[in-house]
Amino acid sequence: MDRSTAAVTRSETWRSFRIATWLGWQIASNWTDPLWFAIYSIVRPVSRAAILVVMYGVITQGNFSDPLFPYIYLGNAFYSYVFTVMNGVSWAVIDDREHYRTLKYMYVAPIRIPAYLLGRGVAGFLTASLSVVITILAGVLFLHVSFDPLQADWLLFFVSLAIGVVMLAMMGLVLAALSLLVARHSGFLAEGVSGVLFLFSGAIYPLDVLPVWLQPIGYAIPITYWLELMRRSLIGSVAEAFPTLAAFSNLELLGILVGLSVVFGVASIYVFRACDKRARERGLIDRTTNY
Amino acid sequence: MPPLAIETEALGRIYKIRGSKKEKKIRKELVALADVNLQIETGELFGLLGPNGAGKTTLIKILTTLLAPTTGWARVAGHDVVDAAAKVRPLINMVSGGESSGYGLLTVRENLWMFSQFYGVPSKEAYRRIDELLKRVGIFDRRHTKSADLSTGLRQKMNIVRGFMTDPDVLFLDEPTLGLDVGASREVRALIREWVDDRRSDVRRTLLLTTHYMVEADELCDRVAIINQGRVLACDTPSALKQHLQKDAIFEVETSPLNGLTAQTIEDLPEVRTATATEHDGGATLNLILVEENALAHVINVFTQKNVRILKLSKREPTLEDVFVDLVGRSMADVEKGGESSEQ
Repeated sequence: MDRSTAAVTRSETWRSFRIATWLGWQIASNWTDPLWFAIYSIVRPVSRAAILVVMYGVITQGNFSDPLFPYIYLGNAFYSYVFTVMNGVSWAVIDDREHYRTLKYMYVAPIRIPAYLLGRGVAGFLTASLSVVITILAGVLFLHVSFDPLQADWLLFFVSLAIGVVMLAMMGLVLAALSLLVARHSGFLAEGVSGVLFLFSGAIYPLDVLPVWLQPIGYAIPITYWLELMRRSLIGSVAEAFPTLAAFSNLELLGILVGLSVVFGVASIYVFRACDKRARERGLIDRTTNY
Repeated sequence: MPPLAIETEALGRIYKIRGSKKEKKIRKELVALADVNLQIETGELFGLLGPNGAGKTTLIKILTTLLAPTTGWARVAGHDVVDAAAKVRPLINMVSGGESSGYGLLTVRENLWMFSQFYGVPSKEAYRRIDELLKRVGIFDRRHTKSADLSTGLRQKMNIVRGFMTDPDVLFLDEPTLGLDVGASREVRALIREWVDDRRSDVRRTLLLTTHYMVEADELCDRVAIINQGRVLACDTPSALKQHLQKDAIFEVETSPLNGLTAQTIEDLPEVRTATATEHDGGATLNLILVEENALAHVINVFTQKNVRILKLSKREPTLEDVFVDLVGRSMADVEKGGESSEQ
């Protein structure tokens, strides 16, 4: 690739991402008026967290001082990124193809489709971030979550968050690629995959709880290390209370997360290219199923 | 000499169609395009004329890089549509008629601005072009309306603006007036014509139009390819295509009910090239292409035997419909009614 071609590619990639981000945000925020959107943004995460707290309270008979509680609470709060970001990227295929009927026009335009889809996922990241902040705030103010902002490792937090979000977006790209081929019901892909990952990523219980033969699945998923890092960065003592990943230092965890994210990222690009080629061969880019 | 805007050789596309759940393993093959060879000059307004299911949309999908061909190759603006798709896309745009695509939550202007940005048009220039084209198609006053609140026809106009707005080298319009009312169709045709006239001074632009409206093809296109069941049957200027039938005698006959008489019976008469019949309340209209006028006597004789009265008889100039009938043996409406659809 010569310099001018590379410059055009970079320009197209950035343009695709930037405009798709704008479009994704318009779609995410414009479906109702701003007041209802604000109410929805607060009520939804708080309700989800409250359900979890009530269940925990009933099972442990109100033992909120156990380190398991912040472990579950934070794991659950950050897990909302998993579905929202993956779905934000992959749902764009279904939405554009089936609902807005614009996917073919995107494909005809001089844009980079993966960059476009990742841009559409940014709105998911922003709404999930709002949801996480509200959930943690509600946890600290009303639900017995002990969190001291002065003790938090903010550098580790933001670095881990950035790597994790990119990793989730690339996983979303795989689902988007599959959505190109699976005409019907592919809207459930992100929901199904995030549900399965919820079981194996130690979101609301340590991996040790799983049968020994299932634990390797959890160790192979980057989300497991990401959630651990998010918890450690905010409340370091939580991680030390459970033996699963206690042997790893923060830096080692970060290294594993980066390594697995790169592997998943590269694989996702190849999967996307293969599915994209297959979709063109089978004439699926603009095929609507009217479900 | 500028390169050809569009070139195809032995282009073909076969769809593999899965059976129902019970017949999952049985795959039918549907030939949507077969052995299409086209050479479209830069600056040409080229029409693809054929009934629904003829393969027009399949051809456009291949040329716009949306669909891979099964056989042969195609180049747009000198670039292969499969191997160099990324080089083709900045030079083209496409509009499909008869659909209401667009982001309903965005206003007309926002929708159009967004697409202009994907093509790298600077915002100021984009807004200038958008406003100019919206005025041209008569929806400037609706520019701040969310596209969800537009009628299907107005949404289609918005999409037509989307196609022209990026000022592509090659523009593909797939049935652009499908579903539009008479007035809106006229406005769209006028816009296409204006673009055509403008291109006279700028030979970069090429337009490929698919339609199943004969008048549209006749009125607008420099050259027309008649396509049926995936094959190009003829390709020439509308006048040259009609010229082939000039030596024939073409009659339109309005009659009383046909009393069991069929177009086939008439077509079997000596020196009758083709005959089509459309029955309607209280009678029928027949279009006859005769090798020579004397054959009319045979036809009238058959009418008399079957007690069919001739209400009106007129000789007329050939149209593209006659050319189609001459090539296919049936009218386009008959093909659409009876033919197996292969449009994808």
